[in-house]
Amino acid sequence: MQQLLAPKNFYLWSGRWLRPVAWATGLCTLTGLYWGLVVAPPDYQQGDSYRIMFVHVPSAWMSLFVYAVMAGAGAVALVWRIKVAEVVASASAPIGAAFTALALMTGSLWGKPMWGTWWVWDARLTSELLLLFLYLGYMALEQAIEDRRTATRAAAVLALVGAVDLPIIHYSVEWWHTLHQAPTVTRFGAPAIHGSMLAPLLVMALAFFGYYVSLLLVRARCELLERERTNPWVGEVCRGIP
Amino acid sequence: MTPRRQRIIAITLILAGVSAAAALGLTALSSNILFFYTPTQLLSGEVPPAAAIRLGGLVTKGSVKRTPDSLKISFDLTDQQHTVRVRYEGLLPDLFREGQGIVAQGRLAADRVFNANEVLAKHDENYMPPELAAHLPKVKDTAP
Repeated sequence: MQQLLAPKNFYLWSGRWLRPVAWATGLCTLTGLYWGLVVAPPDYQQGDSYRIMFVHVPSAWMSLFVYAVMAGAGAVALVWRIKVAEVVASASAPIGAAFTALALMTGSLWGKPMWGTWWVWDARLTSELLLLFLYLGYMALEQAIEDRRTATRAAAVLALVGAVDLPIIHYSVEWWHTLHQAPTVTRFGAPAIHGSMLAPLLVMALAFFGYYVSLLLVRARCELLERERTNPWVGEVCRGIP
Repeated sequence: MTPRRQRIIAITLILAGVSAAAALGLTALSSNILFFYTPTQLLSGEVPPAAAIRLGGLVTKGSVKRTPDSLKISFDLTDQQHTVRVRYEGLLPDLFREGQGIVAQGRLAADRVFNANEVLAKHDENYMPPELAAHLPKVKDTAP
Protein backbone atom coordinates (compact mmCIF):
# COMPACT_ATOMS: atom_id res chain seq x y z
CA MET A 1 0.00 0.00 0.00
CA GLN A 2 2.78 2.36 1.02
CA GLN A 3 4.57 1.44 -2.21
CA LEU A 4 1.50 2.19 -4.29
CA LEU A 5 1.29 5.73 -2.94
CA ALA A 6 4.57 6.69 -4.57
CA PRO A 7 3.67 8.53 -7.81
CA LYS A 8 5.86 6.34 -10.00
CA ASN A 9 4.46 3.08 -8.63
CA PHE A 10 0.89 4.34 -8.94
CA TYR A 11 1.58 5.31 -12.54
CA LEU A 12 2.97 1.90 -13.47
CA TRP A 13 0.32 -0.05 -11.52
CA SER A 14 -2.58 1.92 -12.97
CA GLY A 15 -1.14 1.44 -16.46
CA ARG A 16 -1.46 -2.32 -16.01
CA TRP A 17 -5.06 -2.15 -14.74
CA LEU A 18 -6.48 0.42 -17.12
CA ARG A 19 -7.07 -1.89 -20.08
CA PRO A 20 -8.78 -4.78 -18.21
CA VAL A 21 -11.03 -2.36 -16.30
CA ALA A 22 -12.01 -0.55 -19.51
CA TRP A 23 -12.85 -3.82 -21.28
CA ALA A 24 -14.93 -5.03 -18.31
CA THR A 25 -16.73 -1.68 -18.31
CA GLY A 26 -17.59 -1.98 -22.01
CA LEU A 27 -18.84 -5.52 -21.51
CA CYS A 28 -21.00 -4.53 -18.51
CA THR A 29 -22.42 -1.53 -20.39
CA LEU A 30 -23.49 -3.59 -23.40
CA THR A 31 -24.87 -6.43 -21.25
CA GLY A 32 -26.66 -4.05 -18.89
CA LEU A 33 -28.20 -1.93 -21.64
CA TYR A 34 -29.44 -4.94 -23.64
CA TRP A 35 -30.73 -6.64 -20.49
CA GLY A 36 -32.40 -3.49 -19.18
CA LEU A 37 -33.83 -2.10 -22.41
CA VAL A 38 -34.80 -5.31 -24.22
CA VAL A 39 -34.93 -8.32 -21.90
CA ALA A 40 -36.33 -6.85 -18.66
CA PRO A 41 -40.14 -6.76 -18.44
CA PRO A 42 -42.07 -3.46 -18.49
CA ASP A 43 -43.27 -2.05 -15.17
CA TYR A 44 -46.84 -2.73 -14.02
CA GLN A 45 -47.55 1.00 -13.66
CA GLN A 46 -45.07 2.91 -15.75
CA GLY A 47 -44.80 0.57 -18.73
CA ASP A 48 -41.55 1.16 -20.60
CA SER A 49 -40.89 4.64 -19.23
CA TYR A 50 -39.28 3.20 -16.11
CA ARG A 51 -36.33 1.97 -18.19
CA ILE A 52 -34.65 5.36 -17.87
CA MET A 53 -33.91 4.17 -14.33
CA PHE A 54 -31.11 1.96 -15.72
CA VAL A 55 -29.19 5.16 -16.44
CA HIS A 56 -30.69 7.49 -13.84
CA VAL A 57 -30.17 5.37 -10.72
CA PRO A 58 -26.52 4.35 -11.36
CA SER A 59 -25.57 7.91 -12.27
CA ALA A 60 -27.25 9.23 -9.10
CA TRP A 61 -25.44 6.61 -6.99
CA MET A 62 -22.13 7.45 -8.65
CA SER A 63 -22.67 11.19 -8.16
CA LEU A 64 -22.67 10.53 -4.40
CA PHE A 65 -19.92 7.92 -4.48
CA VAL A 66 -17.52 10.04 -6.55
CA TYR A 67 -18.06 12.98 -4.21
CA ALA A 68 -17.28 10.75 -1.22
CA VAL A 69 -14.06 9.61 -2.94
CA MET A 70 -13.19 13.21 -3.80
CA ALA A 71 -13.76 14.45 -0.25
CA GLY A 72 -11.98 11.42 1.25
CA ALA A 73 -8.96 11.79 -1.02
CA GLY A 74 -9.02 15.52 -0.29
CA ALA A 75 -8.85 14.84 3.46
CA VAL A 76 -5.93 12.43 2.97
CA ALA A 77 -4.20 15.04 0.81
CA LEU A 78 -4.73 17.71 3.48
CA VAL A 79 -3.41 15.61 6.35
CA TRP A 80 -0.69 13.44 4.85
CA ARG A 81 0.22 15.52 1.77
CA ILE A 82 0.12 12.41 -0.44
CA LYS A 83 0.48 13.39 -4.11
CA VAL A 84 -1.54 10.47 -5.45
CA ALA A 85 -4.48 11.43 -3.20
CA GLU A 86 -4.32 15.03 -4.47
CA VAL A 87 -4.42 13.81 -8.05
CA VAL A 88 -7.30 11.39 -7.37
CA ALA A 89 -9.39 14.16 -5.77
CA SER A 90 -8.65 16.59 -8.56
CA ALA A 91 -9.33 14.06 -11.33
CA SER A 92 -12.64 12.93 -9.81
CA ALA A 93 -14.39 16.31 -9.87
CA PRO A 94 -15.39 16.61 -13.57
CA ILE A 95 -16.43 12.93 -13.71
CA GLY A 96 -18.65 13.36 -10.65
CA ALA A 97 -20.11 16.58 -12.05
CA ALA A 98 -21.01 14.72 -15.26
CA PHE A 99 -22.74 11.93 -13.30
CA THR A 100 -24.69 14.52 -11.30
CA ALA A 101 -25.78 16.39 -14.43
CA LEU A 102 -26.81 13.11 -16.05
CA ALA A 103 -28.85 12.10 -12.99
CA LEU A 104 -30.62 15.48 -12.96
CA MET A 105 -31.34 15.44 -16.70
CA THR A 106 -32.61 11.85 -16.90
CA GLY A 107 -34.73 12.46 -13.80
CA SER A 108 -36.21 15.54 -15.42
CA LEU A 109 -37.02 13.66 -18.63
CA TRP A 110 -38.76 10.96 -16.59
CA GLY A 111 -40.50 13.45 -14.34
CA LYS A 112 -42.39 15.19 -17.14
CA PRO A 113 -44.52 12.20 -18.23
CA MET A 114 -44.69 10.48 -14.82
CA TRP A 115 -45.03 13.28 -12.27
CA GLY A 116 -46.34 15.84 -14.71
CA THR A 117 -43.49 18.32 -14.29
CA TRP A 118 -39.87 18.72 -15.40
CA TRP A 119 -38.72 20.08 -12.09
CA VAL A 120 -39.93 20.74 -8.55
CA TRP A 121 -38.05 22.26 -5.64
CA ASP A 122 -38.43 19.30 -3.34
CA ALA A 123 -35.70 18.29 -0.90
CA ARG A 124 -34.21 15.48 -3.03
CA LEU A 125 -33.99 17.44 -6.28
CA THR A 126 -32.73 20.61 -4.61
CA SER A 127 -30.00 18.85 -2.62
CA GLU A 128 -28.85 16.99 -5.75
CA LEU A 129 -28.69 20.29 -7.64
CA LEU A 130 -26.61 21.67 -4.77
CA LEU A 131 -24.23 18.74 -5.29
CA LEU A 132 -23.77 19.79 -8.93
CA PHE A 133 -22.92 23.33 -7.76
CA LEU A 134 -20.46 21.90 -5.22
CA TYR A 135 -18.67 20.01 -8.00
CA LEU A 136 -18.60 23.11 -10.20
CA GLY A 137 -17.42 25.27 -7.29
CA TYR A 138 -14.67 22.75 -6.55
CA MET A 139 -13.47 22.88 -10.15
CA ALA A 140 -13.67 26.69 -10.30
CA LEU A 141 -11.73 27.10 -7.07
CA GLU A 142 -9.06 24.70 -8.24
CA GLN A 143 -8.69 26.59 -11.51
CA ALA A 144 -8.48 29.94 -9.75
CA ILE A 145 -5.25 29.19 -7.88
CA GLU A 146 -1.98 29.13 -9.79
CA ASP A 147 0.00 26.56 -7.81
CA ARG A 148 -1.62 23.17 -8.37
CA ARG A 149 -0.83 21.63 -4.99
CA THR A 150 -2.12 24.69 -3.13
CA ALA A 151 -5.18 24.70 -5.39
CA THR A 152 -5.99 21.06 -4.67
CA ARG A 153 -5.65 21.57 -0.93
CA ALA A 154 -7.85 24.66 -0.93
CA ALA A 155 -10.46 22.83 -3.00
CA ALA A 156 -10.23 19.85 -0.63
CA VAL A 157 -11.49 22.06 2.21
CA LEU A 158 -14.49 23.01 0.05
CA ALA A 159 -15.08 19.34 -0.78
CA LEU A 160 -15.03 18.45 2.94
CA VAL A 161 -17.46 21.21 3.84
CA GLY A 162 -19.77 20.14 1.01
CA ALA A 163 -19.67 16.50 2.13
CA VAL A 164 -22.45 17.38 4.58
CA ASP A 165 -24.76 17.37 1.55
CA LEU A 166 -24.29 13.61 0.97
CA PRO A 167 -26.38 12.33 3.92
CA ILE A 168 -28.90 15.10 3.22
CA ILE A 169 -29.37 13.86 -0.34
CA HIS A 170 -29.67 10.25 0.74
CA TYR A 171 -32.09 10.79 3.62
CA SER A 172 -34.05 13.71 2.11
CA VAL A 173 -36.80 11.38 0.92
CA GLU A 174 -37.19 9.93 4.42
CA TRP A 175 -36.82 13.08 6.52
CA TRP A 176 -39.25 15.25 4.56
CA HIS A 177 -42.27 14.86 2.30
CA THR A 178 -40.86 14.93 -1.20
CA LEU A 179 -42.22 14.29 -4.66
CA HIS A 180 -39.28 11.97 -5.31
CA GLN A 181 -39.95 8.41 -4.19
CA ALA A 182 -38.22 6.65 -1.30
CA PRO A 183 -35.20 4.36 -1.91
CA THR A 184 -35.98 1.12 -3.73
CA VAL A 185 -32.66 -0.71 -3.45
CA THR A 186 -30.51 1.06 -0.83
CA ARG A 187 -32.82 0.58 2.11
CA PHE A 188 -33.09 -1.77 5.04
CA GLY A 189 -34.96 -4.91 4.09
CA ALA A 190 -35.43 -6.46 0.67
CA PRO A 191 -35.37 -4.17 -2.39
CA ALA A 192 -38.88 -3.27 -3.57
CA ILE A 193 -38.04 -4.22 -7.12
CA HIS A 194 -38.49 -7.50 -8.93
CA GLY A 195 -35.34 -9.55 -9.55
CA SER A 196 -35.76 -9.38 -13.33
CA MET A 197 -35.34 -5.58 -13.11
CA LEU A 198 -32.86 -5.50 -10.23
CA ALA A 199 -30.28 -7.67 -12.02
CA PRO A 200 -29.79 -5.37 -15.06
CA LEU A 201 -29.80 -2.37 -12.70
CA LEU A 202 -26.90 -3.83 -10.74
CA VAL A 203 -25.02 -4.67 -13.96
CA MET A 204 -25.48 -1.05 -15.06
CA ALA A 205 -24.27 0.12 -11.65
CA LEU A 206 -21.14 -1.99 -12.16
CA ALA A 207 -20.72 -0.49 -15.64
CA PHE A 208 -20.95 3.06 -14.27
CA PHE A 209 -18.49 2.20 -11.52
CA GLY A 210 -16.06 0.72 -14.05
CA TYR A 211 -16.49 3.80 -16.24
CA TYR A 212 -15.57 6.02 -13.29
CA VAL A 213 -12.50 3.93 -12.43
CA SER A 214 -11.29 3.89 -16.05
CA LEU A 215 -11.74 7.61 -16.51
CA LEU A 216 -10.22 8.32 -13.10
CA LEU A 217 -7.09 6.32 -13.94
CA VAL A 218 -6.68 8.03 -17.32
CA ARG A 219 -7.11 11.50 -15.85
CA ALA A 220 -5.03 10.83 -12.73
CA ARG A 221 -2.14 9.41 -14.77
CA CYS A 222 -2.09 12.42 -17.07
CA GLU A 223 -2.33 14.84 -14.14
CA LEU A 224 0.45 12.99 -12.31
CA LEU A 225 2.82 13.27 -15.28
CA GLU A 226 2.16 17.00 -15.55
CA ARG A 227 2.62 17.67 -11.85
CA GLU A 228 5.76 15.54 -11.60
CA ARG A 229 7.29 16.65 -14.87
CA THR A 230 10.47 17.88 -13.20
CA ASN A 231 10.96 14.52 -11.51
CA PRO A 232 13.43 12.05 -13.12
CA TRP A 233 10.93 9.14 -13.12
CA VAL A 234 8.65 10.94 -15.56
CA GLY A 235 11.47 11.18 -18.05
CA GLU A 236 12.29 7.50 -17.57
CA VAL A 237 8.67 6.42 -18.03
CA CYS A 238 8.17 8.60 -21.08
CA ARG A 239 11.33 7.25 -22.71
CA GLY A 240 10.04 3.75 -22.02
CA ILE A 241 12.51 2.65 -19.33
CA PRO A 242 10.10 1.68 -16.54
CA MET B 1 1.72 18.11 18.76
CA THR B 2 2.87 17.31 15.25
CA PRO B 3 1.58 19.42 12.34
CA ARG B 4 -0.13 16.31 10.96
CA ARG B 5 -2.06 15.86 14.19
CA GLN B 6 -3.06 19.52 14.11
CA ARG B 7 -4.40 19.11 10.59
CA ILE B 8 -6.41 16.02 11.57
CA ILE B 9 -7.94 17.96 14.47
CA ALA B 10 -8.67 20.97 12.22
CA ILE B 11 -10.45 18.78 9.65
CA THR B 12 -12.46 17.00 12.34
CA LEU B 13 -13.51 20.37 13.78
CA ILE B 14 -14.51 21.67 10.33
CA LEU B 15 -16.64 18.58 9.69
CA ALA B 16 -18.26 18.72 13.13
CA GLY B 17 -18.98 22.44 12.83
CA VAL B 18 -20.46 22.23 9.36
CA SER B 19 -22.58 19.20 10.30
CA ALA B 20 -23.90 20.97 13.39
CA ALA B 21 -24.68 24.12 11.39
CA ALA B 22 -26.45 22.11 8.69
CA ALA B 23 -28.45 20.14 11.27
CA LEU B 24 -29.55 23.32 13.06
CA GLY B 25 -30.40 25.09 9.82
CA LEU B 26 -32.39 22.20 8.40
CA THR B 27 -34.27 21.68 11.66
CA ALA B 28 -35.19 25.36 11.77
CA LEU B 29 -36.35 25.28 8.15
CA SER B 30 -37.94 21.85 8.30
CA SER B 31 -41.49 23.07 7.76
CA ASN B 32 -40.40 24.98 4.65
CA ILE B 33 -38.63 21.93 3.25
CA LEU B 34 -41.82 19.84 3.34
CA PHE B 35 -42.89 19.56 -0.25
CA PHE B 36 -46.55 19.06 0.65
CA TYR B 37 -49.00 19.01 3.54
CA THR B 38 -51.32 16.11 4.33
CA PRO B 39 -55.13 16.49 4.54
CA THR B 40 -54.86 16.04 8.32
CA GLN B 41 -52.44 18.98 8.55
CA LEU B 42 -54.71 21.08 6.33
CA LEU B 43 -57.90 20.36 8.28
CA SER B 44 -56.31 20.68 11.72
CA GLY B 45 -55.45 24.29 10.96
CA GLU B 46 -51.67 23.83 10.74
CA VAL B 47 -51.84 25.63 7.40
CA PRO B 48 -53.02 29.25 7.21
CA PRO B 49 -56.50 29.26 5.65
CA ALA B 50 -56.67 30.26 1.97
CA ALA B 51 -52.88 30.04 1.65
CA ALA B 52 -51.56 28.51 -1.58
CA ILE B 53 -50.10 25.13 -0.60
CA ARG B 54 -49.38 21.69 -1.97
CA LEU B 55 -51.57 18.92 -0.65
CA GLY B 56 -50.41 15.29 -0.87
CA GLY B 57 -52.34 12.07 -0.39
CA LEU B 58 -53.88 9.04 -2.04
CA VAL B 59 -56.75 9.36 -4.51
CA THR B 60 -59.68 7.53 -2.88
CA LYS B 61 -60.89 4.58 -4.96
CA GLY B 62 -64.21 5.25 -6.69
CA SER B 63 -64.17 8.98 -5.94
CA VAL B 64 -62.96 10.31 -9.28
CA LYS B 65 -65.70 12.23 -11.14
CA ARG B 66 -65.07 13.67 -14.59
CA THR B 67 -67.31 16.21 -16.28
CA PRO B 68 -68.01 15.01 -19.83
CA ASP B 69 -66.64 17.13 -22.71
CA SER B 70 -64.23 19.03 -20.47
CA LEU B 71 -61.02 18.58 -18.54
CA LYS B 72 -62.82 19.19 -15.24
CA ILE B 73 -62.26 16.51 -12.65
CA SER B 74 -62.84 16.12 -8.94
CA PHE B 75 -61.73 13.45 -6.51
CA ASP B 76 -61.15 12.74 -2.83
CA LEU B 77 -57.63 12.97 -1.47
CA THR B 78 -56.96 11.06 1.72
CA ASP B 79 -54.12 10.30 4.12
CA GLN B 80 -56.20 7.45 5.62
CA GLN B 81 -57.28 9.71 8.48
CA HIS B 82 -58.84 12.74 6.85
CA THR B 83 -60.16 13.37 3.36
CA VAL B 84 -60.36 16.53 1.27
CA ARG B 85 -62.31 16.94 -1.96
CA VAL B 86 -60.15 18.32 -4.78
CA ARG B 87 -61.34 20.17 -7.90
CA TYR B 88 -59.05 20.46 -10.91
CA GLU B 89 -59.22 21.38 -14.56
CA GLY B 90 -56.35 20.44 -16.86
CA LEU B 91 -54.09 17.63 -18.02
CA LEU B 92 -53.22 14.86 -15.59
CA PRO B 93 -49.88 13.00 -15.45
CA ASP B 94 -49.68 9.38 -16.74
CA LEU B 95 -49.51 7.95 -13.26
CA PHE B 96 -52.75 9.59 -12.06
CA ARG B 97 -55.20 6.86 -11.08
CA GLU B 98 -57.36 5.81 -8.15
CA GLY B 99 -55.29 4.61 -5.22
CA GLN B 100 -52.26 6.55 -6.48
CA GLY B 101 -50.34 9.06 -4.38
CA ILE B 102 -50.57 12.55 -5.85
CA VAL B 103 -49.63 16.11 -4.93
CA ALA B 104 -52.07 18.92 -5.78
CA GLN B 105 -51.13 22.60 -5.70
CA GLY B 106 -53.80 25.16 -4.92
CA ARG B 107 -55.84 26.53 -2.04
CA LEU B 108 -58.79 25.55 0.11
CA ALA B 109 -61.99 27.30 -1.01
CA ALA B 110 -64.70 28.57 1.32
CA ASP B 111 -66.80 25.46 0.60
CA ARG B 112 -64.01 23.23 2.05
CA VAL B 113 -63.09 21.98 -1.43
CA PHE B 114 -59.45 22.25 -2.47
CA ASN B 115 -59.12 24.13 -5.76
CA ALA B 116 -56.03 22.74 -7.52
CA ASN B 117 -54.25 24.47 -10.37
CA GLU B 118 -51.61 21.74 -10.76
CA VAL B 119 -51.69 17.99 -10.08
CA LEU B 120 -48.49 15.94 -9.89
CA ALA B 121 -48.32 12.17 -9.49
CA LYS B 122 -46.10 10.78 -6.76
CA HIS B 123 -44.53 7.50 -7.77
CA ASP B 124 -43.91 4.84 -5.15
CA GLU B 125 -40.71 2.84 -4.85
CA ASN B 126 -42.13 -0.47 -6.11
CA TYR B 127 -41.16 -1.89 -9.48
CA MET B 128 -42.52 -5.18 -10.84
CA PRO B 129 -43.59 -6.82 -14.10
CA PRO B 130 -47.32 -6.58 -15.01
CA GLU B 131 -47.84 -10.37 -14.78
CA LEU B 132 -46.69 -10.25 -11.17
CA ALA B 133 -48.83 -7.23 -10.35
CA ALA B 134 -51.86 -9.08 -11.75
CA HIS B 135 -51.40 -11.71 -9.05
CA LEU B 136 -51.44 -9.02 -6.38
CA PRO B 137 -54.86 -7.43 -6.90
CA LYS B 138 -54.13 -4.71 -4.38
CA VAL B 139 -50.59 -3.44 -4.44
CA LYS B 140 -49.58 -2.18 -1.02
CA ASP B 141 -50.58 1.47 -0.89
CA THR B 142 -47.66 3.41 0.45
CA ALA B 143 -48.75 6.42 2.44
CA PRO B 144 -47.24 9.57 0.94
